[in-house]
Amino acid sequence: MARTVWDSTVGKKTVMAVSGLVMLLYLVVHMYGNLKIFFGPGTFDGYAHWLRTLGEPFFHYEWALWIIRAALVAAVVAHGVCAYQLSRRDIASRPVGYVHTRARAGYATRTMRWGGVILALFIVWHILDLTTGTVQRGFVPGHPYHNVVAAFHDWWNNVIYIVAMLALGLHIRHGFWSAAQTLGAGSRRRDRALKTTANLLALLLTAGFIAVPVGVMTGLVS
Amino acid sequence: MKLTLRIWRQHDADAPGAMSTYDVDGISPDMSFLEMLDTLNERLTVEGEEPVAFDHDCREGICGACSLVINGEAHGPERTTSCQLHMRSFRDGDTIDVEPWRAAAFPVVRDLVVDRSSFDRIIQSGGYITAPTGSAPEAHATPVPKPAADTAFEHAECIGCGACVAACPNGSAMLFTSAKVNHLNVLPQGAPERETRVLDMVAQMDAEGFGGCTLTGECATACPKGIPLTSITAMNREWLRATRKVSRT
Repeated sequence: MARTVWDSTVGKKTVMAVSGLVMLLYLVVHMYGNLKIFFGPGTFDGYAHWLRTLGEPFFHYEWALWIIRAALVAAVVAHGVCAYQLSRRDIASRPVGYVHTRARAGYATRTMRWGGVILALFIVWHILDLTTGTVQRGFVPGHPYHNVVAAFHDWWNNVIYIVAMLALGLHIRHGFWSAAQTLGAGSRRRDRALKTTANLLALLLTAGFIAVPVGVMTGLVS
Repeated sequence: MKLTLRIWRQHDADAPGAMSTYDVDGISPDMSFLEMLDTLNERLTVEGEEPVAFDHDCREGICGACSLVINGEAHGPERTTSCQLHMRSFRDGDTIDVEPWRAAAFPVVRDLVVDRSSFDRIIQSGGYITAPTGSAPEAHATPVPKPAADTAFEHAECIGCGACVAACPNGSAMLFTSAKVNHLNVLPQGAPERETRVLDMVAQMDAEGFGGCTLTGECATACPKGIPLTSITAMNREWLRATRKVSRT
């Protein structure tokens, strides 16, 4: 079965759909957690600490977090490898292009590939910025509230985050609906509901994530 | 009508091709696009030039032979086949680009003619039912539920022209394959090969070098027979079901 799935374009799309939905689920939780920053440093830092003690005493300190991280890395790698292999194949399937060119499909659909690359680069930046603090001046481990405020003090970092979150919205807009089709969940009757859900998820996540840098910029979070 | 045509000319599969410009005059708006090309070819023949090769057969929109990408759109601006596209869809003085279907799995044979035998091989891999041949079976022997019959008819409308592949930015044959799979998989007559059909046809589609589906919807927009995009969703569902089922047995 694994062989059938991996050897087929439909199977690789299934891998992309499932890994995409795993990442999407994580993002919804991540966005919800981020909004706790508007309740002050106590709530936000407390929440961050709770994430590390999640599942105790069954799990050791930070184990639950590392399990989630491992699952996310697996999802990102699977999603990226399949996207790369399928894209190579798609490009090879039309060696001679049309002379008369025109824009095909909507903006969100056309930007899936490069949007995905932008998001992958952003994930690296985001981890270096707010998880490890490698690229951030004045990063204090264990004080996420302070670190978020410090990170969004630079205008250019706000630009990076806001652009990435707009790319995320576009990616989810086509991605969620596509995943439903790939997994065979779509139908003529459900199409409108699925498209609406995709748009709402895209809007909710983009707005929710952007709220944090905007909050810091406007002084609501300081 | 007076028109400027830019047509892809290529002597054979190995020769390099290029767009050639032709001016045509005296075109009636009631002519079909193929009749307009006939007019050009008559003139080219008289002038001792090689006429433009293009595929055509029934010229009434049911055979799927004609295959022109007109101004970047498979079968041109109307949702029909090139033979049923009329010159009234264009304006006097227009410049029209005419190109062949573009896909690695559809190599150019000459000018606007492409080899679509990859589609035949997809059909051969599973687009059939196992049934005794001979006299026609009793019509009521196998009851078919009305919704299943409707779905089968909708997908049976596919004429295999390849416009879906030509329109797809990935050169994917998913809409064609899904139409053929769903046509038979929804019927009781197609049930014995339900799993192997979808697995084999998708595998053959991949083996032919068609691209993957990114659900842009360009195929369903170009399809002259209105095969819906949800056809692909239904095939994905069948494929996943078959993968699970076959691995168990």
